Amino acid sequence: MIRKSASEMAAALAAKEISSVDLTKAHLERIKEVDSQVHAFLHVDSEGALSQAKAVDDARAKGEKLAPLAGVPIALKDVFTQKGIPTTCGSKILEGWRPPYDATVTANLKSNGIVILGKTNMDEFAMGSSTENSAYGPTHNPWDLTRIPGGSGGGSSASISAFEAPLAIGTDTGGSIRQPAAVTGTVGVKPTYGGVSRYGLVAFSSSLDQGGPCARTVLDAALLHEAIAGHDPKDSTSINAPVPQVVAAAKRGDVKGLKIGIIKELQGDGYQKGVLNRFNEAIDLLAGLGAEIVEVSCPSFEYALAAYYLIAPSECSSNLARFDAMRYGIRVGEGDAEAVMSATREAGFGREVKRRIILGTYALSSGYYDAYYGSALKVRTLIMQDFAKSFGGADVLVSPTAPTTAFKIGEKANDPLAMYLNDIATIPVNLAGICGMSLPSGLADEDNLPAGFQIMAPAMQDQRLYNVGAALEAALLSKWGAPLLDKAPALGGAK
Amino acid sequence: MSSLSRAEVAKLAKLARIQMTDAELDALSNEFEVILGAVARVQEVAKSDVQPTSHPLPVNNVSRPDDVIPSLTPEEALSGAPAQEEQRFRVPQILGEA
Repeated sequence: MIRKSASEMAAALAAKEISSVDLTKAHLERIKEVDSQVHAFLHVDSEGALSQAKAVDDARAKGEKLAPLAGVPIALKDVFTQKGIPTTCGSKILEGWRPPYDATVTANLKSNGIVILGKTNMDEFAMGSSTENSAYGPTHNPWDLTRIPGGSGGGSSASISAFEAPLAIGTDTGGSIRQPAAVTGTVGVKPTYGGVSRYGLVAFSSSLDQGGPCARTVLDAALLHEAIAGHDPKDSTSINAPVPQVVAAAKRGDVKGLKIGIIKELQGDGYQKGVLNRFNEAIDLLAGLGAEIVEVSCPSFEYALAAYYLIAPSECSSNLARFDAMRYGIRVGEGDAEAVMSATREAGFGREVKRRIILGTYALSSGYYDAYYGSALKVRTLIMQDFAKSFGGADVLVSPTAPTTAFKIGEKANDPLAMYLNDIATIPVNLAGICGMSLPSGLADEDNLPAGFQIMAPAMQDQRLYNVGAALEAALLSKWGAPLLDKAPALGGAK
Repeated sequence: MSSLSRAEVAKLAKLARIQMTDAELDALSNEFEVILGAVARVQEVAKSDVQPTSHPLPVNNVSRPDDVIPSLTPEEALSGAPAQEEQRFRVPQILGEA
């Protein structure tokens, strides 16, 4: 049962073929069996999950009307608050903190009867592309335990690809849902900025951060998307408009007559050949299904990475000022407030977080503001203009999600710029505030590791991602004969 | 202007309230030469006629109705505090001498 999709699990629950308690137990068992190798979880809440599952079973027995995913388990990225449950953001500075409130995403999961198994590992405060920056040790890619599962949401992507959970929640500031999905052979969606509430999502870069669904199928991602999305008065940047009809789109999956634009600048140099091969095959499949393929040019994308690595650190240097050893988190050192603050932040933050805080402090400092932060904001305008122009001639835009497959743990740990380059194709979407999806396109020839196919759509047109994604997923499935994850090696204790 | 001296990094660390070690300051000032060189490229296209965008959504002054809604109790709000006293956050000295 744990290898089924979330929608199949939901159907089995609705038909009373299985109880949520049994389904939850099966996943907790799986976590016990494989998580010592994968390390997807920072905290497993067996007791809470089982009591939530029992409540859903009781409600079902009484004949109450339940939400579509009621009783299905999920893994929650450790950047969302969950009342009474340790929330660390992968950082030592928050070690032991138990938030007194639920994030809106967490509350939405609970009100939908979705059973929260535990909190997943991540790069500290979501800064990274490999989950190696977690203060609690790296997560391992279930396809090859010596490799990274992507980041920052590597715990979420690894948990679903290792069948520890059928669904997970991630956050995507520069690709942290999509790139982990790409390198683990799963589906991840960054909804339109403002589509899913950020209330209770510990802020990294507020104008870029966006929570979203991680799943093994496009339909599962759509079901989860609708469960967590919608206007939230507690988040002033939440969009007050109806949620795009993503489930209907995932069930439609028809690209006949759609215009699909290939972004010229997001391929070629720096992209692994096997990743490009799978991308081009996917394009051929979409063309075969009746889509019209066009090429578009986004010349300013060349500067997206540079703009991102000024804007995100600038916002983080401001956001992370709240970790001051006064109201929550650890407190280290003696003396006055400033001495305690400085000693606590030295002890509590990891290397990458410090690097970005200092870079942001510099980019915002008087005398350099216009040259760095100010210039980055102008590039952001140029990127939005590139997208607007390209969407004038195409319904969706596409590219490989990440330039390579999963790299080895440790391989790029000492070269921040090489690490940053992994997000080159995902960052423009965040800067423009639009939506993007990654789904598996197959295994790269060189290393037999998963490659990702990225679909991008204009703001609040998230349903287009699911429509195109579902069409491509179905075509690939019929070509492969079985889901891609069936090719992943069995982890210890395989059944 | 695409490198930072160790003293400049030390000043930034002080502004950011991070008490860095000498080894960290050395490493960062070396890395900054590379990182700043890469990010400085934004200046190539940031012409004066381009408007800056600080946020993807054109929202301003979003407010909610001025109604009393449930909030955290003092106990809940203080539950994560490193130190507390008399229902307040207890913090180290902030101003002047003792």
